[in-house]
Order: sequence, then C-alpha cells, then structure tokens
Amino acid sequence: MTTITEVTSGSESLSADWCVKIHQVMVRARALEECLIRMSKAGGAYFWIGGPGEEAFNACLGLQVKKGRGPAYDFLHLHYRNSATMLAMGMPMVDAVRQAAMTRTDPHSMGRNFVGHYSWRDWNVIPVSSVVEVQYAMAPGTALVQKRLGGDGITIVVGGDAGTAEGDFATCLIWSTRPGNELPVLMIVMNNGWGISTTTRSQLRLQSIADRGEAFGIPGETLDGNDPIVSWHAIQRAMQWCREKRRPFLLEPHVSRLYGHSSSSGAKRVATEPDCLAMFEQKLLDSSILTHDWIGEIRAEARQEAQRASEQALSEPSPTSEDVPRHTYAPSSVDAVYPDDYTGLPE
Amino acid sequence: MATLVQAVRMALHYGETFLGVTDILGEDVGPPLGGVFTATQGLVTAWNTPLDERGIVGVAMGIAYAGGRPVAELQFCDYGFNTMDLLKVAGNQRWAAGGTYELPLVVMTPSGSGIRGSLYHSHSFESWASRLAGWKIVMPSNALDAYGLMLSAIIDPNPVLVLLPKALLRVQGERLIPGEPNDQELLKRLIDAPVGDRSNWQPRWPDVNEYLVPIGLANLAREGTDATVVSYGRTLPLCVQAADLLRDSEGLSFDVIDLRSIFPYDWKAITHSVTRTGRVLFVNEDTEVTNFGEHLYRRIVEEHFYDLLARPRILQGRHVPGIGLNQVYERNTVPQLPHIRQAMRSLAREEA
Repeated sequence: MTTITEVTSGSESLSADWCVKIHQVMVRARALEECLIRMSKAGGAYFWIGGPGEEAFNACLGLQVKKGRGPAYDFLHLHYRNSATMLAMGMPMVDAVRQAAMTRTDPHSMGRNFVGHYSWRDWNVIPVSSVVEVQYAMAPGTALVQKRLGGDGITIVVGGDAGTAEGDFATCLIWSTRPGNELPVLMIVMNNGWGISTTTRSQLRLQSIADRGEAFGIPGETLDGNDPIVSWHAIQRAMQWCREKRRPFLLEPHVSRLYGHSSSSGAKRVATEPDCLAMFEQKLLDSSILTHDWIGEIRAEARQEAQRASEQALSEPSPTSEDVPRHTYAPSSVDAVYPDDYTGLPE
Repeated sequence: MATLVQAVRMALHYGETFLGVTDILGEDVGPPLGGVFTATQGLVTAWNTPLDERGIVGVAMGIAYAGGRPVAELQFCDYGFNTMDLLKVAGNQRWAAGGTYELPLVVMTPSGSGIRGSLYHSHSFESWASRLAGWKIVMPSNALDAYGLMLSAIIDPNPVLVLLPKALLRVQGERLIPGEPNDQELLKRLIDAPVGDRSNWQPRWPDVNEYLVPIGLANLAREGTDATVVSYGRTLPLCVQAADLLRDSEGLSFDVIDLRSIFPYDWKAITHSVTRTGRVLFVNEDTEVTNFGEHLYRRIVEEHFYDLLARPRILQGRHVPGIGLNQVYERNTVPQLPHIRQAMRSLAREEA
C-alpha cells in the first residue's frame, strides 16, 4: 500500500500533515461556531455572529501568521468571522465562548463585545469592530511602522465583500500605495456574496473586487476560499509578496455563509451553499488520508471540547457594576482628574 | 512672546525631540507648507497625507497600535465630521479590549469662529467631542497653555484631542514659554519659514524646556467676588476683557475660569468658585442644541441649587446651520464682547 504524502487540488498540492492540521482546525472551528449558535438560541448568549463557511481559508491564514507582539510580528485587523484563524493561532476555545457568554473572564473584551469580536494584544490582534471596514483605515498605520522597522512583519486586514463599498477600503488602497511609501498590507476580502440580505451582485458592478487593486498597482488574486489547498498556497504567495517586497497584495477568496448573517437572521443552516468542511473531508477520504472513523473521532473530540468550554464559560462570573467604567483610560502622569482610570464624572 | 501657533510648533518640536513623537501627519503639514496655519513648519517627523481625514485618523490609530506616537492634524475641525465614528472607535479601544491596549494618539484641529471662515471654517467641535468617551479634550486660550497642554497630550497614553481656537492662533502670549527668547522678531526669524522658496530653510529651534499643563486643571484668569464666569478657547479672552471693563467701569469683580480641559473638566475649580460667588455664567461659542456648557449648567443646578443667589446663565452659539460670511452673521451667531459683557453685568446685578 502506498502512503499518501500529498493531497492535490487542481495543480496544487499540500502535505498530508498540513492537511490533517488544517482539517482539525476546521472541525474545531465548526464545532465552536455551532456551539455558539446553540448558546444564542438557548439563551446562554444574546447574539451570534461568526464564520461557518470561512473555515478553510481562515484556518490556513491563522496557521501561516507570524504570531507575536509588536511590529516585528504580523498585525491582524480581523472581521467578526475569524474564529478559525484565532483557533489556528492557538486561542483556547473557551476564550471565544467566554465572550459569547459575556463573562468577566472574557479575555477579548471582559464581557463587553459581541462574540467573534476578538482582541489579543500578545498576537497583535486589534479589537474587532462591528462597524465594518474601519479596520481598513487603521491597517496602513500598523504597516507603516512595520515598514519603517524593517524585518518581515506584515499587516493583515480582513473584511467582507459588501464592506468594500465603504470609503475606508479605498483609504487602504490609497495609503498603502503612496509613491515611495508602499506598505506591506495583505488585504483580504472574504467574498460570501452577501451583505446581510443584499446580494453583492445587486450592488457591485465589478466582476472581481481584487481588480480594484489594479489601478493602484496592487497585485491581486481571486480564489476558491472553500478549498484549503488553494487557500493555503494563495495565502503563502500573498504573504511572501508582502513580507519580501514590503508592498500590498489583495486576496479575494470566495467563501460560503453557512448559517446566514447572524442570529438576527435566524442562524439557520443554509443547504444551498458549498460546505468547505464536508468537501475537504471527502477529499481526505478519497486520498486515504483520513478514514470515516478517524473523522468521527475528530468531530466527537471537537464537540466535547466545545461542550466543556461552554460549561466552563457559563459557570464563570459576570462583570460587576464596578466594572462599568474600568479600563476607559490608561494611567496617566499628566491627568489631574483621572491619574489611574476613569471613575465617573469629575468631582 | 510666541503666538499660540508658534507655541504649538515648539511643543511639537519638543515632542519629537524628547517625548518620542514619531509622526506628525495630516494634509499639508509637511514641507513645503508646514500646515495651513504654520503649526508644523520645520518639524522633522511631519509628513503630508492624502486628502482623507478618515485615513488620517485611522492611520494614526494604526501607528499608535504599532508602538509609534503620532500627532495627527485635521486641517479644520469642520472637515472632521466624517471621522466621527473612527474617533468613537479610538475612544473605545482600551475599554472594548478590557484594558489590554493603550492608544497614545493626539489629534489636533483648529476649532471655532473668528477668521471670517464662513460655513465650513467656523464650526466648533467641543460639544461633539465631549460625547466621545475615552478621549480627553483640551482647548487652550493662550500660547503658554497651548505649549503645556500639547506636551501633556503627547505624554498622556490615551487619545487626546487638542482643539486650537482659530481666532487666537496668531495672538501673542503674555507669558514666556520656558526657553523661549524674549524677542518676538528673533523668534520669528528662528522658527517661521520664509514666504516663497523655503527649500533650503531650516528652523533654528530655541532651547525650550518641558512645561506641562496637567489635563483637567483649570486656570483662574481673573479673581473676583461678584460672579463666576467659566469659558475656554476664543471666548475666554473676551470674558477676561469684559471682567476688566466691568471692574473699571462699575466696580464689579469676577472669577474668570479658563477651563482649558473640556474633558476631564476641573469641577473642583468651578464648584469652589460658584459656592463662593453664588452666581455663574458659562460662555462658549458652540451651538446651543446641545451644548457642552449645558452639561456643566445641569450639574450646577443639580448639585449647587441651594448655593445659588441668581439663576445660572449660559451664553453660546445660536442653533443655525452655519456661520454666514457677512460679518453680520458671525457677530450675531456666536458670543461677542458686548454680549458677554452684558450677560456678566446682568448676572452680577441681579437681586439675590
């Protein structure tokens, strides 16, 4: 019997080891998201928004990030569908659930922000905003410091297709290509074809959003973001371009939105869109990399992990009323009223 | 004595030399112009940006996140309204992240009327800004305070908005900045870029020293007993002038408080004075619906109602869509000296 060491997709292939790793992240991310959806329906969380359907691309992204704190490492300006990226980087599942459960222990926002609105200083993950596209206005700033520093740290900014209609997307194109001041920004437009209930096709005449980079000399690539092997290589190429050339790149993965926009639209499974996880599993089965039993075990483990995370998070304390103003201000030696933090109106 | 705008420039020079300022960015702030009001002439970290206020604020945030210390200029506060949600985001980042991040960001912008600026160069911004929780907002009324507040804004590890009163930018101070030469002509030769070709010009910075005006600390510009006047920015010198006139003509005396910080404001200074005089007038030029001064007014009524000898007053800009170019509009839209003098007189004269 021949041992399969590579899995192929079109003209590209990836080692079996990486495929197994990617698959595991995808399964865990799906289990996490489905757990969060259940929580939102059962009352343990008020709201759900996330990335089922984006796991293939997002897992590959997280596994290739140069992870660390400060401008020598990659900065991540994510959107609210990046759970798989965070899990791939090593975030414990329970930390995502803590945010959904609004606990005081939520390390991303202390129970303040919606689920999926990650923030992780040790990995340069900038707080995610529900106001789409503002991250594109900030991204050239972190990239500017990285370019100045030297090294190979890059800025990764992720948004959706609908959000590219905002001016902040143009801001990113313009500021990352100022002549003589090009910046290492990897722009990623996750194209799921939707903005809540409005189709992209009804609003954007462009066939390819990646084409918008052309006028600015930004190379771009449109790809099947549901295919992890294609995604892996596209990300690798784009990152290499940004790291080495210190210039921007624009990636447009086409992905699915498997549970609608959020819990506000019902968070029901959409059967008509391709499921990247199911397709990848079939490929791994066809390649004899995984067996049905093995997949079953991985899924069961992921579900158990999510269940444990949910039980743990739901047992943890809520913020207190004293927490309301906490962490408004950083301590300041020049503030006569709030030397340590905000404490209510000036007295 | 330096003008207010020269003081800002020297503060930024001090900031980039000694306080770690890495970027002074905005429209036309770099060479050759050095800012439409000359606030950034000759600074080594000043650079010109695209004409994109949202980009300026967003990029400054990114620089701060990555460990830089940016000072961003919005050319006029009137151009800053499309940045409002980014300013809101900047103010909430530390809070939203449960305290894990700091955002050491300074945004400076000329604010208010007084330069015949018409609809789009006369707006005030402090009432809008006062609703941006997480920010600190300061507004100097003289050169020395502008210097000291700018240095504090740079040192403070939180977002600080420095509102510069347009009408006072070219007004000379009455007190020397530490290290400033006591010769305005000499200072001009040292740090003002020449008109015309300035490609070979380099500033010769005076050896200015650290001088901090703490954020949240008011200044008692005049001391008196008959009433309290609380103001800042363009209207502050007018309040001082009115106090001097009423002292000389009618023997009335006023505490005139220069708030200097819009938020956090110096509530102690206000309440100390009002409990002593029992009378208070708030003066600013932002529009009256809804005005930051109304917040102070509300607290006075709620917390000091029984200390008052007369109803409190507030003098503010009229709720109209803009300030018209013909000076009839401006003079009758935002408080002028006669309005302030009359309001102060009426307050002090009202029978208890």
